[in-house]
Amino acid sequence: MNQHTLNSEPTKMDLDAIRRDFPILSRQVRDGKNLIYLDNAATTLKPRQVLDVVYDHYAYGASNIHRGVHFLSEEATKLYEGARETVRRFINARETAEVIFTSGTTSAINLVAKSWGRKNISAGDEIVITHMEHHANIVPWQMLREETGCILKVAPINDRGELDLAAFESLITPRTKMIAVVYTSNSLGTINPVREIIRLAKVHGAAVLLDAAQTVAHTKVDVQSLDCDFLVFSGHKLFATSGVGVLYGKRALLEAMPPLMGGGDMIKSVTFERTTYAGLPARLEAGTPAIGGAIGLGAAIDYIQKIGFEAIANQEKDLLAYATGLLSELPGIRIIGTAADKTAIISFVVDGIHPHDMGTLLDAEGVAVRAGHHCTQPVMARFKIPATTRASFSFYNTRADADALVHAVKKAIEVFA
Amino acid sequence: MTTQDLYQQVIIEHHKKPRNFRKIEKPSHQAEGFNPLCGDHLWVYINVNEAGTIDDISFEGDGCAISKASASMMTQNLKGKTVAEANAIFHDFHKMVLGQLNPETDANVLGRLAIFSGIWKYPARVKCAALAWHTMNGALSNEATISTE
Repeated sequence: MNQHTLNSEPTKMDLDAIRRDFPILSRQVRDGKNLIYLDNAATTLKPRQVLDVVYDHYAYGASNIHRGVHFLSEEATKLYEGARETVRRFINARETAEVIFTSGTTSAINLVAKSWGRKNISAGDEIVITHMEHHANIVPWQMLREETGCILKVAPINDRGELDLAAFESLITPRTKMIAVVYTSNSLGTINPVREIIRLAKVHGAAVLLDAAQTVAHTKVDVQSLDCDFLVFSGHKLFATSGVGVLYGKRALLEAMPPLMGGGDMIKSVTFERTTYAGLPARLEAGTPAIGGAIGLGAAIDYIQKIGFEAIANQEKDLLAYATGLLSELPGIRIIGTAADKTAIISFVVDGIHPHDMGTLLDAEGVAVRAGHHCTQPVMARFKIPATTRASFSFYNTRADADALVHAVKKAIEVFA
Repeated sequence: MTTQDLYQQVIIEHHKKPRNFRKIEKPSHQAEGFNPLCGDHLWVYINVNEAGTIDDISFEGDGCAISKASASMMTQNLKGKTVAEANAIFHDFHKMVLGQLNPETDANVLGRLAIFSGIWKYPARVKCAALAWHTMNGALSNEATISTE
């Protein structure tokens, strides 16, 4: 990979202007070092355009939704439901009733596992996941297995960190009820062949849940075109604040799901004898939601759509090739996750340097990365490593950021020489 | 203290060539320590004689440079000490890595272990330095497994 010898960055977007949208990028850390933020897979940064609407809601519009007839409540309701429509358009759901706001990806998967799962899964039924799942797409299904006696099958991955599709297919049987798969691996960067996975699932009549937490900030997702049954993601990995996320589900599936939580906002009527539930999406959103968070998520989607996924993909593709090329030249380095179809995530280990030491030494240079198992311990076990150092890029990153990363890794190698 | 100070040559050297990095067969005390958050995992073996002196102490395991160097220097330091002395050193070391004891100004029994004094500025790494010590303390207290979370 020699693409780093290209002499210019893609010019499709005004990087300087974009970077000014993110106040945190002007921050200094550790002894006056400029922040080099390469931990976007953990959480993305937040642009002013998001922060402003969240601030405005709490500063001037604070009010609960779906209650009260006063001006502010009506305004907040309109903004909150407007954000739902923005999400619907963003993922091309048929209707807003199919967009459930959750607190994040984890709560969305748990909602499906505990509500859809308890209703549809019984002893002997099978759930298929992959070896590269985040713990959030493993543990809820193990909990369901404890409750129901169902079988959890794990599709293997190869040494490049790609799904073994033939092995995956052979795991699917008439008893397979759910296939829950990560769209983009957070620790390997692998982009899974989700269309093929969904096609195979349909052949056997299994439902498909896609964990798109690492996908939606990088590429267009169209749930109708994919024909997935469920799709989940978090706002905070999509330039919005933490505490808000989305469960998309096909209407028929969501309608048949018993609410996991009862309380305010999810009912039609309550007496002590009997309660009837509200329709979708309210019946799955008990209690006061993250109102400012949802409004901010809508603004975040507007923001990245203005930049456009084509420009985003160009920039991230360039950064991935450029950084991979430079890192590959360093002595003793091994990149974990070399899939043909890969997002701009680079996990690596260096001989004789534990990833936690690497993380601390990069931090000393102002370079923020993640060091650890990335909530994917089975992936670490598969590659026989305790942890990796992970640099993850977003469209506001530059080749200079990649240079700073490489420089800091070189320095760390010198410290340990 | 800068990060460069944290990764002084002494620490790198102990990481590369850990002292007493071996198993003791049939030790009088042993314990397994791990940090589930980062995967550091080690075993500490100790032989205490009838007089209450640590005749031999060793460790095995895998972890970052800080945890390995800390374990290595601990074994070097504690060999020949009494259990009571080991407890006192553990007490001071624990206070130091939490930033509650400054070896430059406060009375202490740390000696060369003061090299870890600045680690309290790196909260994510305190457990790396403390793991071997907690495991040693657990072994002397007859606890089989120590988890630092």
